Amino acid sequence: MRKGTIFFENKPRIIATGTIAGPKECVGVVGQYVDQALTDDTFGESTYEKAECKMLTYAVRRAIQNAKLVEEEMDLLISGDLLNQIISASFTARDFDIPFLGVYSACSTLSESFALSAVFVNSGYAKNVVAATGSHFSSAERQYRYPLELGNTRPPQSQWTVTGAGGTVISNAGSDIAITSATIGRVVDFGITDVNNMGAAMAPAACDTILAHLQATGKRAEDYDLILTGDLGALGSRLLKHLSEQKGVDLSPNHVDCGEIIYNVIEDEFQGGSGAGCSAVVFNSYIWNKLKKAEIKKVLFCATGALLSTVSSGQGESIPCIAHAVEIENVKT
Amino acid sequence: MTGKDNENYNKEYIEYVKSFDPPTQHFKNCFRAFIVGGLICCVGQFIRLFLENVFSLSGDELAGATSMLLIFLGCFLTGLGVYDRVGRNAGAGSIVPITGFANSVASPAMEFKTEGFIYGLAAKMFIVAGPIIVYGVLSGSLVGVIYWLLGL
Repeated sequence: MRKGTIFFENKPRIIATGTIAGPKECVGVVGQYVDQALTDDTFGESTYEKAECKMLTYAVRRAIQNAKLVEEEMDLLISGDLLNQIISASFTARDFDIPFLGVYSACSTLSESFALSAVFVNSGYAKNVVAATGSHFSSAERQYRYPLELGNTRPPQSQWTVTGAGGTVISNAGSDIAITSATIGRVVDFGITDVNNMGAAMAPAACDTILAHLQATGKRAEDYDLILTGDLGALGSRLLKHLSEQKGVDLSPNHVDCGEIIYNVIEDEFQGGSGAGCSAVVFNSYIWNKLKKAEIKKVLFCATGALLSTVSSGQGESIPCIAHAVEIENVKT
Repeated sequence: MTGKDNENYNKEYIEYVKSFDPPTQHFKNCFRAFIVGGLICCVGQFIRLFLENVFSLSGDELAGATSMLLIFLGCFLTGLGVYDRVGRNAGAGSIVPITGFANSVASPAMEFKTEGFIYGLAAKMFIVAGPIIVYGVLSGSLVGVIYWLLGL
């Protein structure tokens, strides 16, 4: 490991994904790529928390199915979500006969899971690992903000938590798409305290990790077909481009943010999508499709997470943020 | 190195973020709040006149019955999922009238019903309205004391 960057010489492969997304998300770009598009955001369950758990379970099961594997062949499930005590992930693991590692890294859970899965597979300790995460607008809203039916206005900086889940199977062989390196991010806090402005809080973390990755690998931003961030939103993306430009790296030609592209604006999404499910759905459906068809060959996937809780923000703490980057490459020669 | 007490933490960044912020449209918001708040008050006035002329209520009875009907309407529209959509655009216009108070009690009650009727619905019911009641009573008492002192 060099300053947080790991190179995987055995090149763990991403072999399949499974995704599910809510009705509002499916109106947008991911609609035609997800495995299941929900028409009912409760997914037939009595509470939103149960719905979130069911979506995550679906994503894991579907990913394993799409990989043409069975549960018994899976060595590890790495998963996390946004709810307190990561209940969705743990309750999902209850339904599977797979050893489980619960991780929490807010909205960057997917890239953290990717990095961990790749470490396990690369070292040979595990053969098939499934990484999954998800979020639900209504359960997140209730935990972090206000009751759904409360008639308050959303500030223009705010984002909309994505309803959806995605699972990814990472294995030692079986496809051309490999995770070649990963950069574990540092926690960065520039002192933003506004919980409605996550993009501004997370942009410095994304910038820090992306620059660290470029430095460690000796690559330039142009070497990637796509630099994909998780849920910075429109405002956060502008800030990221600005911050990196100040450090002498121009990300604007190939930077895309999952949160910025996921919604066709219909209601009050403002800056775009957020939440663990945002990058999980966009990467595992839309981006995965493009990777499989070799329309894009080299992606730096850098999801960002805001590591706050309602208690910390209530006590006036600023928002510490993190970003983990994984480099995903088509290694077909 | 990256912590908030160190060099990276700077007021400049916060200022810089502010320069990117989409501006809050005060005039538009005030206008919408004025229209919606005014409409709710007109409805209230209509109910009041209706009760006064048809049921010949007066004084405290009249005020009480009018408030009750408005509270009912607020809760009813919350239950139908209409009030939050109105409130999203109207802002203070739908929060300040008594219907907004009804909404702030009814919405957490609906939301937390999933955790049971006692520890969920009943316990969390005042999660939004609680502070309004506490500081409303407190400031009411303070004003009362000032009033009393002035009258001495």
